[in-house]
Amino acid sequence: MGLFSLFIGLCLVNNVVLSKFYAVCPLLGVSKKPKNALNMGYAVTFVIVLASAITYLLYHFVLVPLDIKYLDLITFILVIASLVQFVEMFLKKTSPEIYKAMGVYLPLITTNCAVLGVALDNISSGYNFVESMVAAVAVSVGFTIVIYLYATIRERLEISNVPESYKGIPIALITAGIMACAIAGIAGLV
Amino acid sequence: MKKLDIFKKGLFVENPIFVLLLGLCSALAITTSLTNAIGMGMAVICVLIMSNLIISLLRKVIPHEIRIPVYIIIIATLVKCVQMLMNAYTQELYTSLGVFIPLIVVNCIILGRAESFASQNTIIDSLLDALGMGIGYTIAVVVISFFRELIGTGGLSLFNPFDGSQVIFQFELFGDYAISLLTQPAGAFITLGCILAFIQFWNNRKSKKVGGQ
Repeated sequence: MGLFSLFIGLCLVNNVVLSKFYAVCPLLGVSKKPKNALNMGYAVTFVIVLASAITYLLYHFVLVPLDIKYLDLITFILVIASLVQFVEMFLKKTSPEIYKAMGVYLPLITTNCAVLGVALDNISSGYNFVESMVAAVAVSVGFTIVIYLYATIRERLEISNVPESYKGIPIALITAGIMACAIAGIAGLV
Repeated sequence: MKKLDIFKKGLFVENPIFVLLLGLCSALAITTSLTNAIGMGMAVICVLIMSNLIISLLRKVIPHEIRIPVYIIIIATLVKCVQMLMNAYTQELYTSLGVFIPLIVVNCIILGRAESFASQNTIIDSLLDALGMGIGYTIAVVVISFFRELIGTGGLSLFNPFDGSQVIFQFELFGDYAISLLTQPAGAFITLGCILAFIQFWNNRKSKKVGGQ
């Protein structure tokens, strides 16, 4: 039950994108087409889950015993950068179509706040290994849901009559604000 | 390019938040109060100046193929230093900014300036660029937090970042009519959206005037 409420809490109620603003850049950048948004969601899920597992193990079995906790930031960002590089090479070999569709946004996962943010949050909240894995899956599922919904809304916005000054990014940000209001409506569920 | 232009372009013409839309993550999250915004701005200016300086000094040494990982390591080291200094000297600010101080590492502004400016320009130019961009970022977060704090809580306050009990100024105008939505996450998106819409309105009007003449 504890794990389930942790999952729902991080996935919907405290959705990282809409309540902590992790990964706002890809949200605005990749969300023009729902299909690309979904692919981005899958890639980010893969990186977040693997990165959380590796950073958790590194932190508790290497950094803590050696008493060099202050190197956490440097270690984590190195792990994430190499993981993203690995995903990029893997996709290039196995499915060149997805690789092409993702384009420049694939290497940009390195600078996606969500990946580093979740790794740091897991450490600072004192989760054990299972809890950090659940948290990682919950955060990435939450991210995928939000970016997909957001992409479909923005596709509809393309053909709607938006005031001149609000065209483009301003209306997109206000859409995100209204989505955040909707998410805030289920606060207190967990 | 003239030295002054390099400094000035970061402030308005290429403002990292309002025009280039970089580093929105931290800009939306920490703008709940003026004190937080100024503290975050200072942290970003420190990291940006140091990273541009180091990368500009090393620009002929770093091999082209592995430049991005090298930049990230340099930036991560600097951010960790700033984080430890803030933990030591500005305890309250450190607690209220929380995870967003380490997340400066993945702030696109810093890596973006390293890649597009510091790696190709001299030390003096890179320093000016970092100062301009850093101050531009600070102006942007201060503007956002000004509206969010004023409308969200009905007043404004500024505390000394080095000593939270020392109040620089604090007043309340319309506490009973505050719209508390603006202090919540949803308010951050809506505030930034409205500010960007105003900038777009201003630019459209200016270009129409130029076109009419």
